[in-house]
Amino acid sequence: MTRMTFAEAARRALAEEMRRDPLVWALGEDLVQGGIFGQYKGLSEEFGTDRIVSTPISESTIMGAGLGAALCGTRPVVEMRIADFTLCAMDELVSQIAKVRYMFGGQGRAALVVRMPQGMWRNSAAQHSQCLEAWLTHIPGLVVAAPGTPADAAGLLKAAVRSDDPVVLMEPKNLWTAEGEVPAEIAPIPFGVARQAAQGDALTVVTWSAMVPVVEQAARESGVACDVFDLRSLWPWDEAAVIASAQRTARLLVVHEAVTVSGFGAEVVARVVEALGPGGLKAVERLGAPRAPIPFSPPLEDSIRLSPTRVAAAIRRVAG
Amino acid sequence: MSSASNETARRVAMLRDMARIRAFEREAVAAMRSGEAPGVVHPSIGQEGVAVGVCANLRRADRITSTHRGHGHAIAKGADARAMMLELHGRAGGSCGGKGGSMHIADFAVGMLGANGVVGAGIPIACGAAQAIRLTKEDAIVACFFGDGAVNRGPFLEGMNWAALYRLPVLFVCEDNGFAAFTRNSAVTAGGGPAVRAEACGVPAAAVDGEDVLAVDAVAAELVARIRGGGGPQFLHAKCYRWEGHTGTDAAAYRPAEEAAAARDRDCIRRLAALLDPDEVAAIEAEAAAEMAGHRAAAMAAPWPDAGAAFTDVQDAGAPA
Repeated sequence: MTRMTFAEAARRALAEEMRRDPLVWALGEDLVQGGIFGQYKGLSEEFGTDRIVSTPISESTIMGAGLGAALCGTRPVVEMRIADFTLCAMDELVSQIAKVRYMFGGQGRAALVVRMPQGMWRNSAAQHSQCLEAWLTHIPGLVVAAPGTPADAAGLLKAAVRSDDPVVLMEPKNLWTAEGEVPAEIAPIPFGVARQAAQGDALTVVTWSAMVPVVEQAARESGVACDVFDLRSLWPWDEAAVIASAQRTARLLVVHEAVTVSGFGAEVVARVVEALGPGGLKAVERLGAPRAPIPFSPPLEDSIRLSPTRVAAAIRRVAG
Repeated sequence: MSSASNETARRVAMLRDMARIRAFEREAVAAMRSGEAPGVVHPSIGQEGVAVGVCANLRRADRITSTHRGHGHAIAKGADARAMMLELHGRAGGSCGGKGGSMHIADFAVGMLGANGVVGAGIPIACGAAQAIRLTKEDAIVACFFGDGAVNRGPFLEGMNWAALYRLPVLFVCEDNGFAAFTRNSAVTAGGGPAVRAEACGVPAAAVDGEDVLAVDAVAAELVARIRGGGGPQFLHAKCYRWEGHTGTDAAAYRPAEEAAAARDRDCIRRLAALLDPDEVAAIEAEAAAEMAGHRAAAMAAPWPDAGAAFTDVQDAGAPA
């Protein structure tokens, strides 16, 4: 194990995949300069500017070219800079990439990765802070992964590059500089397998992405013994592990940074209730953002940001 | 063969392709109107000269991207017309197993990377295909077909700049049939038109009478040679006319009947046929009509897809249960 930042872990994983497979290449804005979070640092020196391609600010074509390149046998890593900018490329992602394999009857596959760093990042305001994972889990054809630790950033990136499905990798902007232990040999992490971050019988807590360290801290500080699951991927997601835990604890809390309304937490709760029946839970709560844009001013932003204190309070509420 | 007989053979081949496209689309429109083919088709009748004149200069390894009005591009690139007809009827054995229909015909075996239901969406895809071809050092180019309506979409601007910037092996073919769905495109387009916009991004452009297949062939030959020689992307603005409405059931009441009648007088098929042996032309047209009628009958006789096919080829991880 080596201690390193989220960005460094992701950088290493991509470098290893590019060494392993000459068909892997990356395109997006400022990649030759290392990417805005340093997650591509040094890669253009090693792999050249034909494989680490800095592009114009042309989101539709960054995304659509990734598709064309995948249909011709390469494995592109499409960098969206931040998830909010994906909104300029939604046709290419949702109506093209997600659907080509299906609507062409299996003739072509969009074996590519779309990286879209998302979420709050200190004082970036309404257009650079959104969490949009629920939009994409709704789209058949897409795999959606949302790592919350450096080790998972590396392992999920490797799995994404090797997947024959289009994989949306939603890296949390707020965690690029966070450190964690990463195995010396980074292995791909299968989609749909949660990481259990804590064990306890009082309640089941489900989270992902930037909320992972927040929930882990909150669980420790709450003094409540809970099962904590970091889903790591949201489609497919580890329904079996969550349902089994919720069946035991009968108490479920889902914590995510995204707006609570129509957030992926609604899907998690609905599936657990469907599995356990309407009387299967004694307490259930979703903790997310209010249905408001992300404000700029630090105290305003903090009023929306979920803190370990707020999550710990929710843990105690649901534990009863 | 002498060069004269070579030239005749090329003309005969182009006539056959155009006749096959027209016969295919006549059957497709009839099947749509009768309800035998579900959904809608967007016929390219009258525009066959563009697809055929361009694709006559492509090789099997070359790729094309196409549009919602894409039957002609597919057939000209060598796609399996029987499978296409089955696809239009939503049957098993169709190009896409009945999951795409007319708007999503693809035939990857001949480099046809797909028709597209979104105007201009093939442009970024063509750029990426060309980038992959370069990365893998394949000897191939990409021809990207789109209509005049596409020049008002953002991906057009992005794609022209992108292809020029990376000097990609792409032939952009703007099939200018004058209409963006129900609206005359000139009524919603400012400035100097498609070629001027392409050139503003550094993509050299040529204009051609798209209703003259020999002219299209000649200009396309020159542009394709430049692209294969490493000259970067080229743009072909082909003026033509959509004889039918936007779809097979659109009567096109928004334009004068005389205008469509005049276009029929400029028929790309008749113009080429006039240069060939009339008996041979009649035989080719009869053969094309018989082929496509046969495909339509085969489509009606073909089974529906297995119901389970609705849930296959979605994705590997997290596939529908």
